[in-house]
Amino acid sequence: MNAPVAPAGDAWTTPLDQLDPSHPALFQTQTHWPYFERLRREAPVHHSTSSPFFGPYWSVVKYKDIMQVEVNHKVFSSDSSFGGISIRDRPKDLRLPMFIAMDPPQHDEQRKVVQPIVAPANLAKLEGIIRERVCRILDGLPRGEEFNWVEHVSIELTVQMLATLFDFPFEDRRKLSFWSDCATMPVEAGGYVTSEEKREEVFAELLAYFTGLWNQRVNAEPRPDLVSMLAHGEATRNMSPREFLGNLILLIVGGNDTTRNSISGGLLFLNQNPGEYAKLRANPALIESMVPEIIRYQTPLAHMRRTALTDFELGGQRIRAGDKVVMWYVSGNRDPEAIEEPERFIIDRKRPRQHLSFGFGIHRCVGNRLAELQLKILWEEILRRFERIEVVGEPRRVFSSFVNGIAELPVRIAA
Amino acid sequence: MPSVTYIEHNGTEYRIEVEDGLSVMRGAVDNGVPGIDGDCGGECACATCHVYVDEAWLAKTGTPSEQEASMLSFAATAQPNSRLSCQIAMTAELDGLVVRMPEAQH
Repeated sequence: MNAPVAPAGDAWTTPLDQLDPSHPALFQTQTHWPYFERLRREAPVHHSTSSPFFGPYWSVVKYKDIMQVEVNHKVFSSDSSFGGISIRDRPKDLRLPMFIAMDPPQHDEQRKVVQPIVAPANLAKLEGIIRERVCRILDGLPRGEEFNWVEHVSIELTVQMLATLFDFPFEDRRKLSFWSDCATMPVEAGGYVTSEEKREEVFAELLAYFTGLWNQRVNAEPRPDLVSMLAHGEATRNMSPREFLGNLILLIVGGNDTTRNSISGGLLFLNQNPGEYAKLRANPALIESMVPEIIRYQTPLAHMRRTALTDFELGGQRIRAGDKVVMWYVSGNRDPEAIEEPERFIIDRKRPRQHLSFGFGIHRCVGNRLAELQLKILWEEILRRFERIEVVGEPRRVFSSFVNGIAELPVRIAA
Repeated sequence: MPSVTYIEHNGTEYRIEVEDGLSVMRGAVDNGVPGIDGDCGGECACATCHVYVDEAWLAKTGTPSEQEASMLSFAATAQPNSRLSCQIAMTAELDGLVVRMPEAQH
């Protein structure tokens, strides 16, 4: 099965009330940009009723408006029972509770159970492990022949990290990326998950595997891995199986897709901007500001969604209680009123961390510093080894308006 | 102008004059004081301008709002005297304020 194609009609001439910036094919073909540019200019808080997949929804496309929604969790709920945090409403009985899709106080209680995994002291411990693995992966790369960077580096590095965080059997680590892909893949994408039933089958396998790990750890002394932390945490030890499953999916997707696609995107952007690549080679200290710029420019999650609990006026529009509100990070990160020359990839920006990719407010990405750390070490070790890694073909992108994903990036390293 | 003394986790001190009405976060970021990031630009939405307020100044800097308290509650390095420095606006009364930085912002 092939994925549906992008909607016909032009981003600039389609009547505003028929404009639908959410079609996954737009992101797959990278033709979404003019839709958001137009909305930022003409309708920064925009109501769409023409999505073939997602029903009616509001688009919030400017940085400042997105920030307003982010910090107002009393009006804009993340709760899974209303549809959670992505534009797609899963069938009611299949919606999964997970702490990203909860409001306070339950969100806060569960988040605090896993937060210590990325505390500064723990990150310092992980740094050595990450560097050793990065070196091993880079030293094993093919020379003088084309290979898929995503497969060899982006996926491999992130699943190894995730396996460590869960203390997950290392030889089975590729299950983690498979489950992650299955969790976010639209059923129309033409991939492995062709129906919600199929997805539930995969989830059942995931839950069975992790229940085995939980059972080992719940009877052992608490240890600093995510499964043990959940099994012993006061706010999580009595979770229902659906809640355990939901939180696992959150942690798996959160640790996979985002960093993976920033690893792929970063290499692509440097190839598209040879001047920046040269600047980086001349001054590796720029890695520090390049890493957040890569994360802004990639925006690995294109949006987050909320549901309004009460009527609210935003950008001159009346949002009604019950409405679906989509914060398009991918657009806010290109808003010229918030970011200077946002269309350009500039590795030495003054305030590179001022971007929306991690979200803001109480749901801000738990693993943001770990993600940055992985990218930083990767680029330090790349610069030590390779004069240049050349992208030799077009990237193949995924059919999704949630995960801004790159499935294939053909590259070559000189022999 | 009132001044603030910022003390890095490694003990390095910076005495900075901060204009009345500006936040303690802004005073650090605009003057290149390391150890305070302020990713969200002062919206109380990221907790990367976390500081420990010197005990002697706690009464004058006030108490965190509900939003600030919940952002702080996720920081592994939080202590009872923790504040987000974007939420402390400088006044003449705070002249001489001393804040210390945690080992990292996250």
